[in-house]
Order: sequence, then C-alpha cells, then structure tokens
Amino acid sequence: MARITSLAEAVGAAVRDGDTVAIEGFTHLIPHAAGHEIIRQQRKHLTLIRMTPDLVYDQLIGMGCADRLVFSWGGNPGVGSLHRFRDAVENGWPNRLAIEEHSHAAMANAYEAGAAGLPCAVFRGYIGGDLPRVNPNIKYITCPFTGEKLAAIPAHRPDVAVIHAQRADRAGNVMIEGVLGVQKEAVLAAQRSVVTVEEIVDELPEQRSLNACVLPSWTVGFVAEVPGGAFPSYAQGYYPRTNSFYKQWDEISRDRESFQKWMKDNVLDKGPEVFAEHVRRFRTAAE
Amino acid sequence: MADYKPNEMMTIAAARALKNDDVCFVGIGMPSAAANLARLTHAPDITLIYESGTLATRPDILPLSIGDGELCETAITTVSVPEMFRYWLQGGRIKVGFLGGAQIDKYANLNTTVVGPYDKPKVRLPGGGGAPEIATSCGEIFIIMAQSKRGFVDKLDFVTSIGHVTGGDSRQKLGVKTKGPTRLITDLALLEPDPKTKEMTVVSIHPGVTREQIQENTGWPVKFADKVAETPAPSQKELDVLRDLHARTARAHAA
Repeated sequence: MARITSLAEAVGAAVRDGDTVAIEGFTHLIPHAAGHEIIRQQRKHLTLIRMTPDLVYDQLIGMGCADRLVFSWGGNPGVGSLHRFRDAVENGWPNRLAIEEHSHAAMANAYEAGAAGLPCAVFRGYIGGDLPRVNPNIKYITCPFTGEKLAAIPAHRPDVAVIHAQRADRAGNVMIEGVLGVQKEAVLAAQRSVVTVEEIVDELPEQRSLNACVLPSWTVGFVAEVPGGAFPSYAQGYYPRTNSFYKQWDEISRDRESFQKWMKDNVLDKGPEVFAEHVRRFRTAAE
Repeated sequence: MADYKPNEMMTIAAARALKNDDVCFVGIGMPSAAANLARLTHAPDITLIYESGTLATRPDILPLSIGDGELCETAITTVSVPEMFRYWLQGGRIKVGFLGGAQIDKYANLNTTVVGPYDKPKVRLPGGGGAPEIATSCGEIFIIMAQSKRGFVDKLDFVTSIGHVTGGDSRQKLGVKTKGPTRLITDLALLEPDPKTKEMTVVSIHPGVTREQIQENTGWPVKFADKVAETPAPSQKELDVLRDLHARTARAHAA
C-alpha cells in the first residue's frame, strides 16, 4: 500500500546509492522537485533511465549523481543542447558518464515489457541504422510464425520509478491526466516508486472518465504532496509549462560555475516548498 | 513580389507538400511550423500527430516541446507513449513522417546523434528520439533542412535513421516496405529521389537561387533533374499566416 510521506522521507527510503532510477514524464508532469531532492540527498552512482533526459537529468548529471544514462533523446526541447549532459559525454565532467542509447519506440516498448513482467521488448525497429552497432543491448529475434526479424531489447526493470501526477486520494490512489507518457508503465515496471502530486484530496474527482488513468494505491510506494512539483514542466489543469525557464536554462547551464551557483542557490539551499512559489502566479491568475 | 526570408520560403514550400487528407507525424521545430501552416492555409482537415500521444491536434500556437499542454487540449484524444509508438506508428496508421536532422547525405539518411566518433564525439547531439522508427514505419517521409556544407555531407558521422540507405533497392532489401524520403525541402530548393538510383535530385529551385549556390552548400556533386522548375514564391497569404503564427508563438513562449 502507498505510504503518504514528506518528499524527503520518500526519497530517503526509496532511492539508494547505485540504484537504477527511472524519473519519467514526457514533457508533461516531469518530477523536478523529486529530482532536486535526490540531488540534495547526494545520491551517487545512479543508473538513470529516461526517454527524454532534459533539464532534470542535466541537473542530476551535472551534480555528479549518475554513472550511467539509458535514454533516447537528450536535449532541451525546442531550445537546443543539454550542456551538462554534453560536458559529461564530451569531457567527462564532473565524471565519466556511460551511455546506453535507444530510440523512443525501443524505450517505450521496454517500459511496457517491464510493466508486463516480460524479460524483453519485441518490436519492428532499428532497421538499417547505426544504433545497434554501438549498443550491444539491441539484438534481434525471429518471429516463430512469420519468420520476420524483429528488434529486441531488455525490459526496463528499474529499482525505483519517480513520477509526478495531478492528484492522489488519502489512500494513495494516483490519478494522471493529459499527456500520459510512460509513467504508468515505469511505476508498474519498478520495484519501488515515489509519486509527487499537486494535491492530496479526500476522494478522486467523481466526474472522472470511466477509463481514467489511475495507479491503484497497492501499486505505488510513496506519495508526497508537492504543489508545483513539476515546474518548469507543467501539470495539466494546474499550471502551464514555463517555456521561458527552458530558454533561461540554456544560459544557466552553459558554463560549470554558473550551473553550480544556480544549483546551490535554488536546490541545495532550498527545499521542495519553493515549487509552490514558482507556480503561485498561475494559481492566482486562475482564481 | 512579397519580400521574404529563405527560411520562410522553406517552411512554406514544406507546408505545400502536405495535403488535406494526410495523417502526419510531426517533429518539433521547422516540421511543426510547416505542418501547422498547412493546416491554417490549404489543408484545414489534416491530421497532425505528435509523439507525445496527441492525435489530431490543432494548436493555436506552435509548441516549444513535443508535449506542450496546447497539443493535448486541442487533440481529439491523447494516448500513452507506448500506444503511440506501437498502435499508431508501428501499426502503419501514419501516412507522412516529417523529419529534420543535423546531417543528411545524398540518399537522405539522417544523423542526429553525434558529430565525430561515437565514443569520443566532437559534438554530442540529442539523439534519435522517434526518428529511427518514424523513418521506416510512416508511409513516406518529408525532410526539411536548411542547406549548408556542414549539414549536407558526403558521409554521415552516424546513421541515426535511414533514408534510401546506399541507393537503388537497398532500402527494400532491408525488408522495409515504406517509401522513405520522397521530398527534401531546403531553403534553396526542392529535391526528390531519382526513381532508379534514389539519389536526392533537385527538381525545383526557389526564386532567385542559382545552381551554383545549391552546389556551394552541398557536400557532394548535386544532381539536377532534366526539367528543373522554379518554386512559386510565397503568396502574401502564406506569409501573413506564417508570420502571425510565429508572432503568437513568440508571445506565448516568453511567458
């Protein structure tokens, strides 16, 4: 059953040094507050899985939390490079970062296979390109019925999945709306999970769709209420994406010193409560 | 004739390539601008799909990311990312895939992974994202890319997604049944694959552009079709709609 705790307690209990961690959210509902908590608790030697390692992974990589990255697209969406990710890959700063690189289709299939309890994902992909040459985890399987050669990669089975959602009820049932990404699959594929939510409510909305995306409480590890916890990403129905911050990040992260200063001022010396401040202007605007 | 920039000509030429009944998988950036320009001009019923799972989306502004809230709010429905890639892309339900890249070769293979060796890259690019499977699962592929010697190279540093591989029937020989790149739209010209060799060949040159200019910005000896057309210049309406779209987008993204 899900335990409702503080974010610090959830991360402290669920995320351990050396873990394989999947922090997910496809543009939407990216758990930035939880990422910052992992940095504050100085987790080391993590293998980070994520389809689109954007700002939150740039920060974890730049702060030396990660030894390895499993991913399919590493950029600042619509803006350009991830400078800390590039510095790690190109120059080994702050440490060498091993990479296992896939396509989106492969990553999505691998999460789904993990959620389904399968050892590998099978799909039609990687035909003709160079990724299979540089990633030994891309192999092939022959369909026993048609003889078609299909790509196979290992299922994602992270030690811990970290996601953000709009709401949970007091029992810890978690409801996600909007762009769903691979969050449901990531949580079901993982051994442990941390879910931050905009709010904990007495009951999930009665008018919800009969097919709403809900992670029942027995599938969830820890739930922590962190209003604004996805900022500068967004939470559909709560606040929009702060596109201007994604553009600012390009400058902040470009050199090592300005990055470290920003991390000290905004992460190391702060707590998850600052996220509510970041999105307060949207809340006021809505009222 | 209206005054316009080469980038505007490129986006407008790319938009014209899309039809009202197309189902189009849209990448962020220039493909997104072109696809939405098509929707706001001659192709109001076009189905636009973004890999975040948003089906038949009709954004009022261009998204900065592939999963902005605007896409979800204006879509007919939003599916999960595994469903997007399995049922919709791999399932063969998408007619046109719209791609860009950092490097392209004469067979329209694309590199968005690294410049330099993979293990010791000079520039680490974002990577393939959806492109490796978009390139083989969509019915056909349109590519939009500004021409330069750095981008249009004789040999790719890395093949992220395939076009016509090494030309001729090499794509089919890999077991791929879709057409691959049928159009390459640049800021200077329109290119299409030669029916036999599959080498991307100039079929139309934008107004005021010379053959020499095209060659100077291409890292291989460029082939020109027997009959090369002149691309019609942007109409005032096309320019107005595109500029309005960019202005709305810039205002929204500054927030």
